[in-house]
Formats: sequence, structure tokens, C-alpha cells
Amino acid sequence: MQIQAAVNRSQPSSYLKTIGAIVWKDLAAELRSRELLAAMLVFALLVVIIFNFAIELQPALRLTITPGVLWVTFAFAGTLGLNRSMAIEKDRGCLDGLLLAPVDRSAIYFGKAVSNLAFMMIVEVIVLPVYALLYNVNLFQPGLLLTILLGSIGYVAVGTLLSSMAVQARTRDALLPIMLFPVVLPVLLAAVKASGGFLQQVPMNTIWPWLNILIVYDVVFTAIAFMVFDFIVEE
Amino acid sequence: MMKTQPKGLTILTVISVVLFLGAILMVFVYAPLEAVMNYVQKIFYFHIANAWVGMLGFLAAAVSGILYLVRKDLKWDLIELAAVEISLVFFSITIVSGSIWARPTWGTWWTWDPRLTTAAILEMIYVAYLLLRQGIEEPERRARFGAVYTIIGALSVPLTFFSIILWQTIHPEIFGAGGSGSVGSFGMTPPMLLTMFYCLITFSFIFVTLFWYRIRLGRLSEQVEQLKLKVME
Repeated sequence: MQIQAAVNRSQPSSYLKTIGAIVWKDLAAELRSRELLAAMLVFALLVVIIFNFAIELQPALRLTITPGVLWVTFAFAGTLGLNRSMAIEKDRGCLDGLLLAPVDRSAIYFGKAVSNLAFMMIVEVIVLPVYALLYNVNLFQPGLLLTILLGSIGYVAVGTLLSSMAVQARTRDALLPIMLFPVVLPVLLAAVKASGGFLQQVPMNTIWPWLNILIVYDVVFTAIAFMVFDFIVEE
Repeated sequence: MMKTQPKGLTILTVISVVLFLGAILMVFVYAPLEAVMNYVQKIFYFHIANAWVGMLGFLAAAVSGILYLVRKDLKWDLIELAAVEISLVFFSITIVSGSIWARPTWGTWWTWDPRLTTAAILEMIYVAYLLLRQGIEEPERRARFGAVYTIIGALSVPLTFFSIILWQTIHPEIFGAGGSGSVGSFGMTPPMLLTMFYCLITFSFIFVTLFWYRIRLGRLSEQVEQLKLKVME
């Protein structure tokens, strides 16, 4: 298996094929059951509605509060999705099947991360227009969308890694947000600040530092997850 | 089978106690009163020493996490857990003593200053770490997950710190040029500096002593488990 893995690592095309196969499997399964996306979406919309009553989203304050509301929504819906996506693998024994396959294990991580990212972005793509419609805020700005992409990558990079640890623990569902939120704080902070910057159209030089933090986080944590994922699924 | 307490540990304990008594004398008798903050400033010596020990524990935990993943020796897991527990306790003392200092100086118990917030987040990470360990029975898997999580934590904490630093800070900069601007900063006279370094050394000794005790405790409880299993057979 190790020789096979080494062979796979040396052939980029088969490594990418493995990732693609896992993503395809997740998307196909989701297309049939729709349980994960449905749960995430309904949950996200409910959070937006609750925010409407919890804090008065008055027109004057909207631009300053919107980034916070959006990111809290994404972060909460994100943990729901991450938990489900890993729990499905674990409960139905799919994870063992994946691990038995003669592929590099980091490819399994990237496969899961990419499909988790896809789910999160589908939710975001639906929540954003709904939010824009409900609160009459223009959210279709390239900068804001870029920030959301960068933030989601960082969130999912760590989230996928931690959720594969959390499903193997006794307190799994409760454990993921507790483990994830303190370490993903730089992403949430930078994403809220950058999103707010784009919405309020402040000069680019005050937004760049936040975008830089997001990029650094994405790179560092994707790399570290790639290195340590073997230790998490090792039996 | 049970070993008696090693001599080195006894000596270290005595040294720590003596140094600590000395530190109290240094802080309350030797160090001069600060002109503006008066007695309130005295908490600074222990505050900074506690923060220092917390940082030592934080580094020790990350390093032993890496060593565990490389060596796969459960000894490193024990050391990592010991470091996390000690760091957790000392950072909470740091936060509480910082709050006590902040109240009369800044007029508030808490501010979202980079160091304060990072210390609080670090505490959350440690609590999450302990909860994670609690949820896993198998020692070998618990060690692997714990090691991975300490590494993730160790990498995210500096980023948290830098991202919060982008906000304005009002924490006193005791060292460096930014000092005079922030509320509660003060110039250190040589006796104050000496007291501070004395406290740092004292608390480093306390750290090593507690670390040793905690690792020994871990070893002993492992032996107890093994003896229990033997009795059951």
C-alpha cells in the first residue's frame, strides 16, 4: 500500500483523479439524498431570520452589521455541514472503505475538503441573494465574493481536519464547534473586517492586511492539514 | 514497584519555595512604589511572570506534540498533557491578575486588547483540547489527536494575535518604544527591572518543578492502571 501510495504521489494526474473521485462521490450522494444541503440551507436562513429579531437591522446600521451576520451564519451552517459530511462517512463505514483504497491518504483529505467547500459555497450562493433581497443591501461586489471564497477555504481547510477527529470522539457533534471556533478565529475576524471594508467601500490599502491574513491562513493550514491528516486516519 | 520521590525533585521544590518567598519580599519591600499607580502596579511582577510560565507551557506543549508525532512514544503525550494543564492554570492566573490590574488602571475589567484576547482564546483552545482527550478512550489515538490539535493551536494563536493587533491596542507596552502612549505604562527603574527578572526566574523554577511533579503523577497513574489490571487477572 505504501509503495502504491508513493507511486500515486509521483503521478499528479492520478492524485487529482482520486480527489475528483471523492468529490464526485460526495456530490452524487448529496444529489440523491439532499439531506446535508437542505439542513445547512434551512439552518442558515433561520439564523438570518433570528438575527433580524435579535438585533434591529435598521437601514442605517445595516452595512456595518451585515458582514458579522453573514459570517456568523456561514460559520454555524458550516459546522453543521462538516459534522454531517464526516458522520456519514464514519457511520456507514465509508471511511474504512476509503482508507483501504490504495491511494495517498492526503488525497482523501483534499477530496473531503473540496466537497465540503462546495457545499459551503452552494449555501453561500443561496444565502447571499436572499439576504440582499430581504435587507436591500448590494452584496454583489467582486471584492466581497473574493473575501467569502478566501474565508471559506480557510474555514473548510481546518474544519475538515478537525471534523475527522471529532467524529472519532464520543462527544462528536458538540466537540467540533468547540475545537474549531477558537482556531478559526483569525479567519472569521479577517473575513468580517474585509467584507465590511468592501461593503463600506473603504480604501483598498486598509482592506489588504485582512486579505493577507486570510491568504496566509489558507496556505498555512492547507499545508499543515496535508501533513498531519495521515496521523488522524491511521489505525 | 512505586519509587519514592526523586532527590532532585525535593531539592527543586525547596528552591522554588525559597525563591517564591524571596519574590514576595522583592515585590513588596525592595521594589519602589510606582508614582502614578502606587500599590496597584505591584501585581505587574507576578502578572508578567505568570504570563511567562503560560508561554513556556504553550511552547512545551507544541514541541512535545511534534515530538510525539515523530517518535510515537507515549512519553511525549504525557509531557504534552502536563504542559497544557500547567499553561492553562497559569494563563488563567494571568488573565485574572490582569483584570485586577486593569480595573483601577484602565477603569475596566476587560478590554479586547490583543494580548488579553489571545490569552483568552488560548484558554479556549486548551479547554477544547481537554474535552477532545476526554472523548477518546484509546490512549494511542488520544495521543495522536491531542498532538495534532496542539500543533493546529500553536499555529493559529500567533495569527489570532496578529489579526487582533490590527485593531488599536491599549495594553501597556512595558518594553520598546510604543510605551509612553498607552494608558498604564510606566518607566522601569533598575530596582523594578531587577524585581521583574527575579520573578521571571522564580516562576521558571516553579514551572519546572510543577512540570516534573505532573509528569511524575502521570507516570504513577499509568503504573496504578497496570497494577489494577494485574489484580483483576
